[in-house]
Amino acid sequence: MLWVMLATLPGLAAQTVFFGWGNLINVVWCIALAVGAEAAILKLRQRPLAFYLSDNTAALTGLLLGLALPPFTPWWVSAVSVITAIMMAKQLYGGLGSNPFNPAMVGYALVLVSFPVALTTNWAAPAGLLNGAPGIVETLGIIAAGKQTAIDAYTMATPLDVYKHEIGARVAEEVRQHPSFGEGVAKGWEWVNLGFLAGGLALFYLKIITWHIPVSVLAALAVMSMAFGSNQDLYAPLSLHMLAGATMLGAFFIATDPVSAATSHQGKLVYGAGIGLLLYVIRTWGSYPDAVAFAVLLMNFAVPFIDHYTQPRTYGHRKARRGIVRKNSG
Amino acid sequence: MRKLWDFSGGIHPPQRKSQSNREPIRHAGLPPKLILPLQQHLGSPAETRVAVGDMVLKGDCLAAAIGTMGVPVHAPTSGKIEAMSRQPVPHPSGMVDWCVTLIPDGHDTWCERHPMPDYQHRQRSDVLARIRDAGVVGLGGAGFPTSIKLHPPERDKVETLILNGAECEPYITADDVLMRERAAEVVEGLNIMAWLLGPELCVIAVEDNKPEAIAALRSAAGDTLIEVVTIPTKYPSGGEKQLIQIVTGLEVPHGGIPADIGTMCQNVGTAVAVYRAIYHGEPLISRITSITGNAVAAPGNVEAYLGTPLEYLLAQASLQSDRLDRLILGGPMMGYTLQSALVPVIKTTNCVIAAARGELPEPPPEQPCIRCGACSEACPMELLPQQLFWYAKAEEFEKAEHQNLFDCIECGACSYVCPSSIPLVQYYRFAKGEIRAHNDEQLKSDRARERFEARQARLEREQAEKEARREQRARAAAEAQAKKAEQTDNGGQPLDDRSAKTAAVEAALARKEQKAGKAVSDARKAGGQTGTTHSPGNSGSSRI
Amino acid sequence: MWTGILVAVAVLFVLALIFGAILGYAAERFRVEGNPLVEQIDSLLPQTQCGQCGFPGCRPYAESIANGDAINRCPPGGEGTIKALADLLDIEPQPLNVEHGVEQEKRVAIIREDECIGCTKCIQACPVDAILGSAKHMHTVIESECTGCDLCVEPCPVDCIDMVTIAPEIRNWTWSPPGKSIIATDRQGATA
Repeated sequence: MLWVMLATLPGLAAQTVFFGWGNLINVVWCIALAVGAEAAILKLRQRPLAFYLSDNTAALTGLLLGLALPPFTPWWVSAVSVITAIMMAKQLYGGLGSNPFNPAMVGYALVLVSFPVALTTNWAAPAGLLNGAPGIVETLGIIAAGKQTAIDAYTMATPLDVYKHEIGARVAEEVRQHPSFGEGVAKGWEWVNLGFLAGGLALFYLKIITWHIPVSVLAALAVMSMAFGSNQDLYAPLSLHMLAGATMLGAFFIATDPVSAATSHQGKLVYGAGIGLLLYVIRTWGSYPDAVAFAVLLMNFAVPFIDHYTQPRTYGHRKARRGIVRKNSG
Repeated sequence: MRKLWDFSGGIHPPQRKSQSNREPIRHAGLPPKLILPLQQHLGSPAETRVAVGDMVLKGDCLAAAIGTMGVPVHAPTSGKIEAMSRQPVPHPSGMVDWCVTLIPDGHDTWCERHPMPDYQHRQRSDVLARIRDAGVVGLGGAGFPTSIKLHPPERDKVETLILNGAECEPYITADDVLMRERAAEVVEGLNIMAWLLGPELCVIAVEDNKPEAIAALRSAAGDTLIEVVTIPTKYPSGGEKQLIQIVTGLEVPHGGIPADIGTMCQNVGTAVAVYRAIYHGEPLISRITSITGNAVAAPGNVEAYLGTPLEYLLAQASLQSDRLDRLILGGPMMGYTLQSALVPVIKTTNCVIAAARGELPEPPPEQPCIRCGACSEACPMELLPQQLFWYAKAEEFEKAEHQNLFDCIECGACSYVCPSSIPLVQYYRFAKGEIRAHNDEQLKSDRARERFEARQARLEREQAEKEARREQRARAAAEAQAKKAEQTDNGGQPLDDRSAKTAAVEAALARKEQKAGKAVSDARKAGGQTGTTHSPGNSGSSRI
Repeated sequence: MWTGILVAVAVLFVLALIFGAILGYAAERFRVEGNPLVEQIDSLLPQTQCGQCGFPGCRPYAESIANGDAINRCPPGGEGTIKALADLLDIEPQPLNVEHGVEQEKRVAIIREDECIGCTKCIQACPVDAILGSAKHMHTVIESECTGCDLCVEPCPVDCIDMVTIAPEIRNWTWSPPGKSIIATDRQGATA
């Protein structure tokens, strides 16, 4: 898990460069909270602390939330998110290995539906678009105070959000005039996504993850985007889907959580493809601009089903056994 | 070059074979005493044919085979039978079992041997009987009686005979050095097996990490039709089912045997044992065992008499007890930790690892399963080890069976790759044991029910018969009464009284005879063993 | 308006008929042939025929359970049997009723043969005919068939029958579950 955490560094660095100190502060805060919450629950459950904390999974959950939450998220929103993730989504189910849903995404989804404005429109404006970007102390102050007026001064809608809400009324050319797009695909976002892509490839190289889930997530997203999005005046283009929002973070770091993902290779492909498909569907026709959390959670629901139908055929057997065990058979 | 297939999964653990395969085979010589367990194979234990105090010659049969799955045990050297007792035997339980203890007299005098070099002119059944009488079992690990394996069911025709020289487990080099030094014997043994089975193809499969063995076998095989096939090094390529898949691309069907798909696997060591049994008339009395690990200063392969205590072999290999962490019998993947070095070498002992501290540490405490699926990628049987683990741990054995638990070959690849260091194989062994015990119990209770019902039926029948007889008697009495009354009228009383008594005695005798006859037929019905009050009195003393 | 209602009612009625017919057919066509309940219960009981439950044998008790009797009256089966019965009947497992005895390890009867006087009383008591012998001759127990029911001990006039626990032996040994699991230790709050 330590390697997974290290692999997020390029993406975190890009976020810090383009969107300020907020994410870094979030990450530290969330990790501390996550480890604290895990320790508290382990204590309550009378489990050995050192043994379970040393697997670093709680810290990873905190880290992922810190990366996913907007840079100026008030501290208590992060806290609600982290505590939900660790206590409700993970430990109440029996701790590591027993949680059917991705804990970080449960925590994220909870605050997303509870505080939709704070979570969707309040992403930091990319560096260079503000006259004076807030320094580290100032950022800390904003997060600690959590005042919407203070936040509004430094935030801006994300490219995915802008595209979603303005396309249709205007043509692509006009939409792209919005400052959040910048020169490239989506200002800053492309580097953040490339950072996470680099970290993800490192994980693959280190054999910590297999290629199946990320590739099928991205492939399904790409196929959907090419099938529906050829007209840029109606739909977001492929490049925006790939390099904006949490696409790479989701594909390489969130969807690959083994506990809540499908198990077999075949199952992982189905699982990933489902996430990619839902990602596109919710982004395009749903009411949220980004959808990694919902896509992952919805596919978590489907995992037992996928696992059931992707059981490998055992050596020497004609076909895989897929029926349910009938009581007192024979 | 023969086309080879791959099996799914598999792992590449560190080989660590060079520790023990540099030196030629050493003969371990005669230890002060030999401990010979009566069961060294898969099947029923042998029954002793000698008594304490007997002098035996090398090769004499000490214990004879019982039942179809029996295999005899022979004296590895000449000497005196010192004891027949329960001694620690090589077994994961560390328990004791019946053993014959032989004190060598040092002369090593052979008994009379009957070589059979002209086996090709004999009956196949004679050759098979010779292999059985020589006590040959599969030397690769399980110890399945070779004569039974070489006699597949009529419906199966063995087309491909595979000699297994893969020896895929780390550390073990017993087969490696055997193939290097006794390639000619391996080939001769294979020829005998081929003659018995008449296959179309004979293959010796060796992993590519044993170039010397391959070269030796190639030159020994010469221009015969035997193919020496080099297979890629991957654990567990030496598993029977995996090797068959590598060589033929076929899978042994679930619940079937290799002969069902026209294949058979035999270990190279077994081939040598067959060769010695046929060409030299020598029973299986010794085997090659790797003594290795960092805690022995002189690792290597020894040819040891069966029954040689491991302690003796370890001392020869200069065991440094201060460095010793634990003794492992077999390889690091499938072997088990020995609780005592006093246990003897038996027919299936292929390796003893004296692991130094830190060499093969016990796995760290198990962490929760995160369903990463690494185990199912490593599983050569394409099982879902994580699923089996959940069910075994929750003791949901029915579901574990449904997930094909019994197809697991316990190779240990899943435990090896598990990032949470879960001792998966141990869970499967536990689950298998519980299921087997439960099935045995079920069988026993079914039998008890049958016996109970049979008894119940018998009691009812007896009751009914008694009732019928009583009625008959009452009727007879009434008739007699009536007759008597009639006769009293006639006045012939004294004479009739006597004749009535005689009739009653006769009737009683007839009844008794009838009863005895019925009891015998009852006993037969109940399967011969049923206890009835009329079984012969001395049968009780034959209790086992 | 009435026509509308009538049409709706008629349509629903016809639909009900059709689906009813389909369901009825399916119930017949795919009927699961199960053992009668008594057989299934009987197969879960340990068949010691010991009578500790108060019934003369396992089958009568099975019949009684099928008629709603308590499932916790079988000491030889113990918790395992109670759990299996509870699963089968879909009811809550209950603790063993100690009035009928306590769960013990598997045992067999062994006759001290030199003390046996050959009275055949134990033979008559044995529910599974596992004792061999005849009048005025020594008796012995066929251990493989003995269910350990205890019923032969009482009638023996010279008390020469012992109930012996079946000792663990190399041939009935099985692997125990892995012990080093952290889960096993963490109930005691041990740290790894």
